[in-house]
Amino acid sequence: MSGSCWRMASCTRDRLISVFFPLALLALWEMAVRLQWLDGRFFPAPTAVAAALWELTVKGELLGKLWLLPGLVAAGDFSGARKVFAEGHLWVSLFRIFSGFFVGAVPGIILGVVMGMNRTIRVALDPVVSAVYVLPKIAILPLVMLVFGIGEVSKIVIVAIASFFLVLINTTVGVRDIEPIFIEAGRNYGANRRQMFRHIIIPAALPIIFSGLRLSLGTSLIVIIAAEFVAANYGLGYLIWFSWQTLLTENMFAGLVVIMILGALFTSGLQALERRLMPWQREEMPASADGADVGGTGKV
Amino acid sequence: MTVKIEAKDLTKVYPSRNGPICALRDFSLRVEEGEFVCIVGPSGCGKSTFLRILGGLITPSSGRVELFPRDEKAPLQNIVFQEYAIFPWKTVLDNVAFGLEMRGVPRTKRRETARDWIRKVGLAKFADAYPHQLSGGMKQRVSIARAFANDPEILLMDEPLGALDAQTRVILQGELVRLWEASRKTVVYITHSIEESVLLGDRIVLMTAHPGTYKTEFSVPFARPRSFELTGAPEFARLSYAIWQELEVEVKRTMEKQL
Repeated sequence: MSGSCWRMASCTRDRLISVFFPLALLALWEMAVRLQWLDGRFFPAPTAVAAALWELTVKGELLGKLWLLPGLVAAGDFSGARKVFAEGHLWVSLFRIFSGFFVGAVPGIILGVVMGMNRTIRVALDPVVSAVYVLPKIAILPLVMLVFGIGEVSKIVIVAIASFFLVLINTTVGVRDIEPIFIEAGRNYGANRRQMFRHIIIPAALPIIFSGLRLSLGTSLIVIIAAEFVAANYGLGYLIWFSWQTLLTENMFAGLVVIMILGALFTSGLQALERRLMPWQREEMPASADGADVGGTGKV
Repeated sequence: MTVKIEAKDLTKVYPSRNGPICALRDFSLRVEEGEFVCIVGPSGCGKSTFLRILGGLITPSSGRVELFPRDEKAPLQNIVFQEYAIFPWKTVLDNVAFGLEMRGVPRTKRRETARDWIRKVGLAKFADAYPHQLSGGMKQRVSIARAFANDPEILLMDEPLGALDAQTRVILQGELVRLWEASRKTVVYITHSIEESVLLGDRIVLMTAHPGTYKTEFSVPFARPRSFELTGAPEFARLSYAIWQELEVEVKRTMEKQL
């Protein structure tokens, strides 16, 4: 991302640089492999990675055998249609990330608000939360598998646990750090409990809650890839791990590229959602000096 | 004249790490209906604590306070906070309509009232703007309009112009005087500016340095409607100076304690 640019000319220049420099790097990489400065077995050329990506897609490994879908749906075979998605590494990982994220984030927000508001509950839970928070979540994967088995549930649970604590801690901080004057204003103007939540506590804490969501979505991606390395037959993590074991380095790099694209999409998706939900956070210059139209002030 | 506010021997003690701190001590005040009372005192004298007791945000440690409503259904009091107390997540319109919304006034009605007050404070063009798009003076107008739109019987103003630059302040003092003179609500106005209190108030109550209590009071004889022109009159300067002579010793005591 190029930073803010004010003048049109420097704006275009920034954009050109930000596009051409990475392209130049890729070209350099390609050249280095072709001239055999780099070992193509370990660092396959960008064109080889692109070819592998294409190959994975058309063979139905990455996205499943999508071309079978119309026929299956027409035949009313919905379990067959579901199986198509269940065999695509990308869909499998996405499903685990989003269901785990959702299952973790929603209770995280709710308990976070409660902990932010209620001193007793906060004091009681704080040590437990802090202790579990510092634990790398992937470290408890064996325990989770012991409890939930080696199927889908374990992967969703591990993502949910990781999301839960990040969202919980951020929400608690967000609610605790609300300026007391906003609460006072709410009380003085007669807000009841429900109105206090809706009009003051939630919107005031929303920016910090969102930074918790952003962090936990990023962490979900890390956790699911790591979990799929060791305990899965599908998923992007499995794709990378399996490609390494069979020395298909092009496929390994193809997996990395997909993960990079996912990360970028998550970030920009959340940013778009933030702009929609918090229009008051949009960067804009304040009105100059005191721009109120004093002239238009009518007599009372 | 009917009594609107009756505060008797109010004391507020806060617990703290270095033992209890007495923010307000045996403070008594009676305010008549329609009176504009300014409370002036050195910083940390507990004038804000007193206002928050009147506003129902703090309960006093001892003493009692009574506000006398005329109409049981109308809101009794509202605080005009400093500019940073308007909600950044609400538009100007929703900020001004806030009190009405909390009271369950229907949407069309409350928007109409809010627009009316937004126009009166000169922000008609900014009704749909968010606070971060406004200057300090404009935000303070929103805070003032929020209280006036709710139409309470008593307005409690907590150094509403304290955070503004000197020139914006003069403009807003003028607007506040004009708005108040049209409504004649009962006002308790906290400030540490002597000139502001003489320009705005009917009566000025001085408080002592910490722990704050009643020191003395002055009545302001100038006719209304008033405007900033008044500040050029010799009587204005004489009264301001007389108040300063009383206040000076308290301010110095406060400064000595901080050293």
